[in-house]
Amino acid sequence: MQAFADLIQQLERSAGTKDRVTALATHLQAAEAADGAWALALLLGKRRRRLITGRRLRQICLERSGLPEWLFDSCHAQVGDSAETIALLLPELALPPAPPLELSLATWMETRLPALAALESEAQAEAVLAIWAALPDGQCFLFNKLLTGGFRVGVAAGLVTRALAQVSGLEEAELAHRLMGGFDPSAAAMEALLAPIEDGAAAPISRPYPFCLASPLEPEHLAATDPAGWQVEWKWDGIRAQLIRRSGQTFLWSRGEELINASFPELEGMAERLEPGTVLDGELTVWLAQAPQPAGFGPLQRRLGRQKPGAALLRECPAAFIAYDLLERGAQDLRPEPLSQRRTALEALVQELQEAVATPAAGLLRLSPVLPLGSWDELQALRQQARSVGAEGLMLKALDSAYGVGRRRGLWWKHKLEPMELDAVLLYAQAGSGRRANLYTDYTFGLWDGDGHLVTFAKAYSGLDNSEINELDRWIRRHTTERFGPVRAVDPLQVFTLGFEGLQRSSRHRSGLAVRFPRILRWRRDRTPESADSLSSALALLEDPAAQRSTAQR
Amino acid sequence: MALPGDGLIQLTPQGLYCPAADAWIDPWRPVSRALITHGHADHARPGCGAYWAVRSGEGVLRQRLGSGIALTGVGYGEELRLGEALVSFHSAGHVLGSAQIRITAGDETWLISGDYKRDDDPSCAPFEPVTADVLITEATFGLPIYRWRPGRQVAAEILSWWREAPQRPSLLFAYAFGKAQRLLAELAALGVEEEVLLHGAVQTLMAPYRSAGVVLPPTRPLSELPRGESLAGRLVIAPPSAHRSPWMKRFKAPQTAFVSGWMAVRGARRRRGFERGFALSDHADWDGLLRSVHDCGARQVYVTHGNSDGLARFLREERGLAAEPLGRAFVGQRSEEGELEGAAAPSVA
Ligand SMILES: [Zn+2]
Repeated sequence: MQAFADLIQQLERSAGTKDRVTALATHLQAAEAADGAWALALLLGKRRRRLITGRRLRQICLERSGLPEWLFDSCHAQVGDSAETIALLLPELALPPAPPLELSLATWMETRLPALAALESEAQAEAVLAIWAALPDGQCFLFNKLLTGGFRVGVAAGLVTRALAQVSGLEEAELAHRLMGGFDPSAAAMEALLAPIEDGAAAPISRPYPFCLASPLEPEHLAATDPAGWQVEWKWDGIRAQLIRRSGQTFLWSRGEELINASFPELEGMAERLEPGTVLDGELTVWLAQAPQPAGFGPLQRRLGRQKPGAALLRECPAAFIAYDLLERGAQDLRPEPLSQRRTALEALVQELQEAVATPAAGLLRLSPVLPLGSWDELQALRQQARSVGAEGLMLKALDSAYGVGRRRGLWWKHKLEPMELDAVLLYAQAGSGRRANLYTDYTFGLWDGDGHLVTFAKAYSGLDNSEINELDRWIRRHTTERFGPVRAVDPLQVFTLGFEGLQRSSRHRSGLAVRFPRILRWRRDRTPESADSLSSALALLEDPAAQRSTAQR
Repeated sequence: MALPGDGLIQLTPQGLYCPAADAWIDPWRPVSRALITHGHADHARPGCGAYWAVRSGEGVLRQRLGSGIALTGVGYGEELRLGEALVSFHSAGHVLGSAQIRITAGDETWLISGDYKRDDDPSCAPFEPVTADVLITEATFGLPIYRWRPGRQVAAEILSWWREAPQRPSLLFAYAFGKAQRLLAELAALGVEEEVLLHGAVQTLMAPYRSAGVVLPPTRPLSELPRGESLAGRLVIAPPSAHRSPWMKRFKAPQTAFVSGWMAVRGARRRRGFERGFALSDHADWDGLLRSVHDCGARQVYVTHGNSDGLARFLREERGLAAEPLGRAFVGQRSEEGELEGAAAPSVA
């Protein structure tokens, strides 16, 4: 594990992208396949299981050291992290010297850590203490982090794929694709991941393509272009999804790479009518049969996370897949084709299907309409209509563009109604006052900093309906990690889209940003905390004059 | 909590005051007579009528407070009579010329620790344990997470950090008075004979150290270097206030590091925005504080600065000592050299 600990330290210390990629590549190249696989899973945040709570480790530390609890808590308040606090306090434990323990990362992850978690209280404490005594300097922190599931490195997934590309000689896009749909850390998975294209084993049929992502619109990039070169669509207020039909099976993936088939049985049924080797990119929504527009995010929430929904729910909140791109047809990868051709093929496919099935089942698959745009002057007016059709803004996609991997600026733009929006992670909650005195209704949210840590960004009090508040209150009570007086820190797992009117630089805030009128737009159960926004996206909003202009207009 | 109003040492708006000696210790505002523990800006302020301080600290004090100040230099351990009181200065091991001040009057002895550390430091005299009935101690790093490694070891890491980047300038940020010279002395002890470049703020403090006979590598102010001369592979020491200031424009792709006790915590390292943080302090760590309180043998302890509440509570509840934090008066008196970041807000990591 020393090599991995060294890598983490190197990543922490090097500021430059090139140095970080080199460090990653060197490590992945040198590591045994099984260790490399685990390093990769950890770096990509794909493995973060909590085996022992931070509270339990704290208890072991307190019992052995005899430190008063309040002093431990003062230390924690200064450090901000239990795993690190304990690592710094180890000398207080006066552990007997032990021969150094050096095990491979895979051994720790596959054998030793799960074994520790399975032990009973007394035996567990002794085993943890023995490990603390034997771990070389610098590994205790990592060990505590891995054990409590809080491990996170401040390295963007893009840098990891770049390093993998250096190691394997494969294209970054190919690697990003191979990493989609989950990566189960094992030597075999690592070898398959890095295998040359020609002798690579057949890809799992479930594997989705990396989603092409849009950037917030920068109008100055458009002004010089011909509006006819762009496909304009509504930006739907649902969740992004990929529908795969291959070899007689259906896979519905959320953008967070979760398989959500079980929540949407009616879409599974619809997908059976698709030809084998078809992959659609689109938006999951709830859309009542006779309604002119989707039912909004609230009803969709009722469907998300509900496995095997009952007949009543299916009737009240029927799902629809609004298709806007065709990524694969006849088992051919269409992504290199220009959007204009993919669109033609998509229209044909949707029409065929709609003609083949009777209404209302036809409503299960809808085509995202292309909106007419004669000149750029019409763009604002068009965007203002978004709300009236249940959309949250506009999408602009370059007609001659291939389907990109991840966020490729300039190919897809989003032009939202809300002046500013970010997805943030719930960090702290505090009880409200008056009527809501018994409920946790005051929330503090964080964004990712460049080092993979969540930094407090905004507080918000409003935006959820009563049933959501109640549900979140229960969740908060079950997932409290620490208490600071009336404030509870919670597991950083829940993502919320926050809307706000403006941003300002501020030295008084830890994020360096003050947020104007933040409010919760929606609870993003479809999002994993890793997919939440970063401080750098907030800074990009701050520096984007277009966003500021639209704020002034409102 | 304040000091008793009739004690040997009292807390006044100007700072700690000894009526028997009619003198203040490290006063915050101009007073007639000031006993100075050391030259850091939060302990030595200009405008007092008369000063007493350790002779080896005289050069720094005159430079910072004015060459014309009425300053009486005192040797370590030398006993002075001031009014009704006997006053002596004892080495604090903090920086060149730093002292703990011991005051006896009637049948009572008080010790004001000033800033101190117990670790080896080739740039100043070592800490001298002193007994007293009442101790006023600092607690800048009064938490058990702070535990220093030997300065020589940290200096060796800094040396390899510097050596491993021969193609970039190495910018090391350290407090200008004390830390910078301690690092230079440690580097000299590691065999460094190569010239080190200095920011102006560090440069002004070199003369007192050289005349005190501290062994240091050759140094030169950066400003004396011809414009355009390559700084690749050079070590430059500057105060933390120069970080991200226009002064940095001179350097092409420098690697940066900050040397401070606060760097023991990852969160503090990240927030400060330096590539590297080296944990090295001229203040006592947790063990150093406890050891010094023990060595002093005082029946009553007052705690100032940093985690004063926590250290006092620990001494009271875990060691059975009469110990109290000395109020908020000391908070906010810190300058750059004793910089407090305050308790960090909890973060999720
Ligand atoms: Zn000082």
